[in-house]
Amino acid sequence: MLRYVLRRLGRGIVLVAVVAVTTFFLLYAGSGDIARTILGDAATEETVLRKQQELGLDRPVSVQFGEWALHAVQGDLGRSWFSGQPVVDAIGSRVAVTLALVVGATLVSALVAVVLGVLAARTGGWVDRVVQAGSVIGIAIPGFLLAIGLVFTFAVTLGWFRPTGYVEFARSPGGWLASIVLPVTALAVSAIAGVAQQVRGSMLDVQRQDWVRTLRSRGLPERRVVYLHVLRSAAGPALSVLAVQFIALIGGAVFVEQIFAIPGLGQVAVQATGRGDIPLVLGLVIVVTVIVVVVNLVVDLLQGWLNPKVRRS
Amino acid sequence: MTLSSPPAEVPANGSLAASARRPLFRRVLHNPLGAVTLVFLALVVVAAVFAPLLAPHDPNAVDARNVLAPPGEAHPLGTDPSGQDVLSRLLFAARSSLLGALTTVVVASVLGVGAGLVAGYHGRRFEASASAVSDLLMALPTVVMLLAARSVIGPSSQATMAILGIMIAPAFYRVVSNAVVAVRHELYVDAARVSGLSDARIIGRHVLTVVRAPAIILAAGVGGIAIALQAGFDFLGLGDLSRPSWGGMLNTAFSVIFRSPQQLIWPGLAIGLTCVALILLGNALRDELERTGGPPARRRRSPARSRPVDEPVHSDDDRRESTADDSLLDVDRLSVGYDQPDGSVTVVVPEVSLTARRGEVHGLIGESGSGKTQTAFSVLRLLPPGGRILGGAIRLGGQDLARLSEREMTEIRGRRIAYIPQEPMSNLDPTFTIGHQLAEPLRITLGLGRAAAKEHALTLLARVGIPDPERTYSCYPHQISGGMAQRVLIAGAVSTDPDLLIADEPTTALDVTVQAEVLDLLRDLQSESRMGILLVTHNFGVVADLCDRVSVMREGRIVESGSTREVFAAPQHDYTRMLFGSILAGTEPRGPLAETGPDPATKGLPA
Repeated sequence: MLRYVLRRLGRGIVLVAVVAVTTFFLLYAGSGDIARTILGDAATEETVLRKQQELGLDRPVSVQFGEWALHAVQGDLGRSWFSGQPVVDAIGSRVAVTLALVVGATLVSALVAVVLGVLAARTGGWVDRVVQAGSVIGIAIPGFLLAIGLVFTFAVTLGWFRPTGYVEFARSPGGWLASIVLPVTALAVSAIAGVAQQVRGSMLDVQRQDWVRTLRSRGLPERRVVYLHVLRSAAGPALSVLAVQFIALIGGAVFVEQIFAIPGLGQVAVQATGRGDIPLVLGLVIVVTVIVVVVNLVVDLLQGWLNPKVRRS
Repeated sequence: MTLSSPPAEVPANGSLAASARRPLFRRVLHNPLGAVTLVFLALVVVAAVFAPLLAPHDPNAVDARNVLAPPGEAHPLGTDPSGQDVLSRLLFAARSSLLGALTTVVVASVLGVGAGLVAGYHGRRFEASASAVSDLLMALPTVVMLLAARSVIGPSSQATMAILGIMIAPAFYRVVSNAVVAVRHELYVDAARVSGLSDARIIGRHVLTVVRAPAIILAAGVGGIAIALQAGFDFLGLGDLSRPSWGGMLNTAFSVIFRSPQQLIWPGLAIGLTCVALILLGNALRDELERTGGPPARRRRSPARSRPVDEPVHSDDDRRESTADDSLLDVDRLSVGYDQPDGSVTVVVPEVSLTARRGEVHGLIGESGSGKTQTAFSVLRLLPPGGRILGGAIRLGGQDLARLSEREMTEIRGRRIAYIPQEPMSNLDPTFTIGHQLAEPLRITLGLGRAAAKEHALTLLARVGIPDPERTYSCYPHQISGGMAQRVLIAGAVSTDPDLLIADEPTTALDVTVQAEVLDLLRDLQSESRMGILLVTHNFGVVADLCDRVSVMREGRIVESGSTREVFAAPQHDYTRMLFGSILAGTEPRGPLAETGPDPATKGLPA
């Protein structure tokens, strides 16, 4: 088991390293005129050159990378070209907000999707058809469109929630909850749709297995067979889909944060992207990749717990 | 938006394209959902292509005196906050949306299909590196990577969409390489290679036909994702602001959501409907392909068609004793059928009657498809989905099992009837330990405590001949052998001390040596507990070895029934005689293929 964890961890570290190197070179090689962009068209050639020197852009990319990497392994991802703020601080102050949204949406979708998927697989008939049709639509509708629809319906028309804005948990837990209901819903719908389809499918697959019949032949009650045994086997594939959805949710958060004016990573990302703030963008890519690696590691551990066979591979 | 998961599960196998006899396009038009989505998408394409002709105004013409105008003659859909004509912008925006989606789909499919063909066809080294790259791309959060790319390439929509194509290419790669690997080993591809066709010709003719359908389905889904993402970027203001776009229009509308919420309607509908249409089109395509590729309808066997049957032959003592008090299980004119999707019922067992007695082993023998397993599952009331008992009675003690509710039946299973399956390895839950699976029925069905259940389970494991019960108890099913697993299943079946044990070909899947051991074990257990056994088998050896009594089954009916000794000594029914006749054992053993003696190759040659 320990070897299994270590191998996964090793693969994760390699992934982060590969992403860091690739992104660094792509970003810095493509950032030729960045000093000009920062200073604006009115700046003289001389000031542009001085800015380039100041940012270290006049040196070869490999030298820049060496310096950056040396700092990066010590936890220093450089400073924003615009605000001068350390990248780690700029991201660190926002990451909790985004994670709250994404983790919240993931938990909500896991719960709702399992209920819907099991319901569809167990009852069949029109319930099944409604869940299936709903899943297709849920997957197809872009999340930001749904978010706008939610703002319009529940905030503008019905007035149940404030249309935008974020309340910090420390200031008012109730207000915090109210401020993330709509964003989390907007994010969760597509994840629910994807995971519910998978839960339904694997429930149907597992129910056909021979051992389910044997368990029933032992006189175990239907509930126990379905919710303990079948669901446990069906949970593995569903968990894999949930992991994929989690990554997609980080992307979805970029749009949703913008619509609901939530100060998370998405806002930082959009601003940094628009201005060409390369150190910040690079930092974001690395932080998000680390999050993805951690999530995948947790999912792998859960898979190992769910299905002992996985532990060997 | 689920970027990383293509919306339609694309079955990557050869049967897909092989089934596409009629042109896919025409078949999708006959599918209601397919027709509606295709027509809608065609309208979007027409709008995009003929936007300059259709649009009543210059999409970028600003009219500050006429902002947020309601729909009217001059502006059929009204004007936006800068007085631009909504309809004209909507039409022109369709251009950039479709162009962007096209860019993504072309880049993704060219890269993915190309790499997939090479990896699947030539394999090995290229496949290893292509798969590594594909895994890497799939693991990355698409939106964040696109934002990063956007920060250096600027607001060029096409470049961003091309990069999206690169990031989505692994979806095509996986589908194609799987399909190619599947088809590469097909005989007709071998034949083409042997007949001297070049690799390029083989790929073009045989491989591409297989890959085409799944790739088209995937392309529809990718198109939907691309339109959604491009609209999202435009909405964030990261797109090319100089041209009208649906996302940009939505952004403008969102900023006046309190003043004029109806502004949201048109761009919202355009994005939403186009995305949904593409995804639904993918689903319709898949449905059409799967409909023809589905399994052939089960052979119909209606009860009306069945010819008159001769009464089963009973040896005298059998008939006399069948009504006696020691009867344990009495199956009386049982018929079993399966509901078909078209509402009809396929009868698999038209009528079967048999009696098993307390303390006896009753063999149910017949060739495969004779309905013996269906009969066994009916007694357990565990027929596969769609199967049900159509008529007749299954009496166990005083109760008719065919009429019990599911709840009442749960009380019977385990306590009164137990079951030993055919395939040991597929009949243990892979996610729980052997111990858990043995102890659970003891606790739930018999109501033992945790410790008592474990102790009893360990005793059972020792009883069925498992050398190290403690170790096996904590093993998972994949850690033990097939013979061991069958012993575990036997232990589980007898654990709750049933009156009747149904054993469905309990030795078929085992090695010959293990078979004998398992049969011995069954015989010993039976004589210890005096339970009755209904033994389903196709093996006369097993019947001779174990059974007191035998029923011969053919096409869902019992044709002969009696004590094993009598049936073996003097089979009455033609079919029984035929079955005996087809056994190789007892016939004259064939001699060695070659004469023993000097090596035939050298025989007769001059020394």
